[in-house]
Amino acid sequence: MNTEILGVVLMYGLVVALAIPLGRYIGKVFSNEKTWLDKVFNPLDKLFYKLSGIDPSKEMNWKQHLLALLTINMFWFLICMFVLMDMGWLPLNPDGNPSMSPDLAFNTSVSFVTNTNLQHYSGETGLSYLGQLILMLWQFISAGTGIAICAVVFMAMKEKTTDKLGNFYNFFVRSSTRILFPLASVVALILAFNGSPMTFEGKDTMITMQGDTVQVSRGPVAAFVAIKQLGTNGGGFYGPNSAHPLENPDYLTNIVETVSIFLIPIAMIFAMGFVLKRKKLAWTIFGVMTIGFLCLVVPSVYYEMNGNPAISKMGIMQNMGSMEGKEVRFGSAASAYWAINTTVTSNGSVNAMHDSMTPLTGMFAMLGMMINSFYGGVGVGFLNFYIFIILAVFISGLMVGRTPEFLGKKIEAKEMKIAMIIALLHPFLILVSTALSSHLYAQNPTEYAGWLANPGNHGFSEMLYEFTSSSANNGSGFEGLGDNTPFWNIACGLVMLLARFLPIIGPVAIAGILASKKYIPESAGTLKTDTGTFGLMVFAVIFIVAALAFLPALTLGPIAEYFSLY
Amino acid sequence: MKEHIFPAVKLTLICLIFFSGIYTAVILGIAQFAPNNGKGEIITHNGKIFYANIAQNFSDDKYFSSRPSACGYNAAGSGGSNKGPSNPDYLAEVQGRIDTFMVHNPGIDKSQIPSDLVTASGAGLDPDISVQSANVQVKRIARIRGIAEGNIQQLVLSNTEKPLLGLFGTEKINVLKLNIELDNLK
Repeated sequence: MNTEILGVVLMYGLVVALAIPLGRYIGKVFSNEKTWLDKVFNPLDKLFYKLSGIDPSKEMNWKQHLLALLTINMFWFLICMFVLMDMGWLPLNPDGNPSMSPDLAFNTSVSFVTNTNLQHYSGETGLSYLGQLILMLWQFISAGTGIAICAVVFMAMKEKTTDKLGNFYNFFVRSSTRILFPLASVVALILAFNGSPMTFEGKDTMITMQGDTVQVSRGPVAAFVAIKQLGTNGGGFYGPNSAHPLENPDYLTNIVETVSIFLIPIAMIFAMGFVLKRKKLAWTIFGVMTIGFLCLVVPSVYYEMNGNPAISKMGIMQNMGSMEGKEVRFGSAASAYWAINTTVTSNGSVNAMHDSMTPLTGMFAMLGMMINSFYGGVGVGFLNFYIFIILAVFISGLMVGRTPEFLGKKIEAKEMKIAMIIALLHPFLILVSTALSSHLYAQNPTEYAGWLANPGNHGFSEMLYEFTSSSANNGSGFEGLGDNTPFWNIACGLVMLLARFLPIIGPVAIAGILASKKYIPESAGTLKTDTGTFGLMVFAVIFIVAALAFLPALTLGPIAEYFSLY
Repeated sequence: MKEHIFPAVKLTLICLIFFSGIYTAVILGIAQFAPNNGKGEIITHNGKIFYANIAQNFSDDKYFSSRPSACGYNAAGSGGSNKGPSNPDYLAEVQGRIDTFMVHNPGIDKSQIPSDLVTASGAGLDPDISVQSANVQVKRIARIRGIAEGNIQQLVLSNTEKPLLGLFGTEKINVLKLNIELDNLK
């Protein structure tokens, strides 16, 4: 069998094999059960609580959880703005990189606080090492926020009737120290020992064999890249992210980094199964997500391995596949596999340039972000999927004439309204903002000529991709887009803000309201939600709500480009 | 809101110390035991220091050439072309590279040129080429250097890095290492 395909199969097998035990561990972390890491982390967590004056045993209702989350996130945004706009004169700046402009700092701060990691700058020239370290902090704690709020929803899905859903800070600290920190340490060390730099020295000058003088950017890369992959953050140390040979030096590191993308998102599903003691439900959800993922990844790998037909016409050999924007050490299969991994999970790191991929791979990457819940971002991916479950329960309840119930709680008008608003927010943000930018460009193509690196349908795809990525809190891009302008910085910043916090508030509100309702024991009339039939129903809802809403836009971009090429 | 502000401020500062400070320090400390003290893998040749993972520009016909770079092979920055697959300017550029290659490599058929040799990599710093990309250059290098093709072919073979464990990923050749050995071949 082809070794490139084997590599892809290995990466998927490995991540599922690791995610199941990790899910059990995460379940224990959420339920405050004993784990073998307690000896280290009990004293550490106590120190965190003591120094910050937090009582981790104080229970909160869903509104208090949201208030705690929003307050701390606002504070993070303010610090981030300060550091990015002043890093020019702050310490740890050996390369003398400048501070950011206000609009770029706004975009970058929102981007990292919301776990998006959209980058309108290039790391080598746009950030000091202090800037990198501060952004690395958000990579930990924005991921910790997502996992913590997902834990709150798990607690709310339990059978008992209550408004007490644990303590937000407790979930947040435990997620960050007990889940993210140990995993990131292991991954960072693997990277450091396989050629990723871990140093605070500035650029090195090198004279090449032919006598050219060039410089090599270095920095604390290994530590940064580990958490960028694990926390579904995706913001690279270097401009081209994990395509850079120092950020991802060989096929082994590529396996480790690719596995890190999916690890926690898949583990969260199994964690839910353990916390609620509903393993069958976990497997049903995992099944739906996996089928969805396969529908996107299989054709993408196929198209990338078959190469660009326009280049085939030139009469050269293309048995490596479409190689523009890709690295020889990964090959086209592993690059296409990564592209779909990173877009279905809201990670957004890349190991090949998505802008140069064949049209349908670009479309499947966008579809992954438009659906945004086939595994999804750490914590928030499950929240997105939760909305689709609520919709599916309601629709199937109507179809068979039963009261819509989910896990013994009745779903009524209020919950449905919230679910619909959240489900429609994502297409609304993407389509309206893409329409706006297209209108501006069409009105004055000369003034905005710097925006698009490619003409025609592909140029439209660049704009569509950028807003899809912002709204999915993904952060990858069709990087040909000239996006460091006030328009793109501010528009994408606003989209990221709305698309992060509303889809957190909505599901938490629904789960909180449901938790306070009376539990109705299962009877013969209950619609079972852990069966294949229900799984199919959820899949249909996702397809209708998420995918079809975007079909017209996708037709103008990648689909039209496909027909012009093939 | 007010009750959350002070815990938020203090918790953030502690996180800053732990995740930006202690985590980084631990990794940095252990990385001192990594190759070249964690400053990136290097190769020393004739007193010059090269980064093993950073592509160099080999424009001279007596060397195996690297893949085209969208960032001029300068690792002070990095980046891909970001050209779409249907972009006419891009396709003309690729055609240009094929034509140039044909001029520099007489006796080679177009169908022998692999796509990785005429397309730019993602970071513009790809240190590797495919085995076919090395093979297609053997004839030219043998002629210019006056060395038997078989010897250079042998060098390509010995520099081929197999897929991981022989099973996973691509076969590849590090252009810098290959060219260093080429210079050593007298």
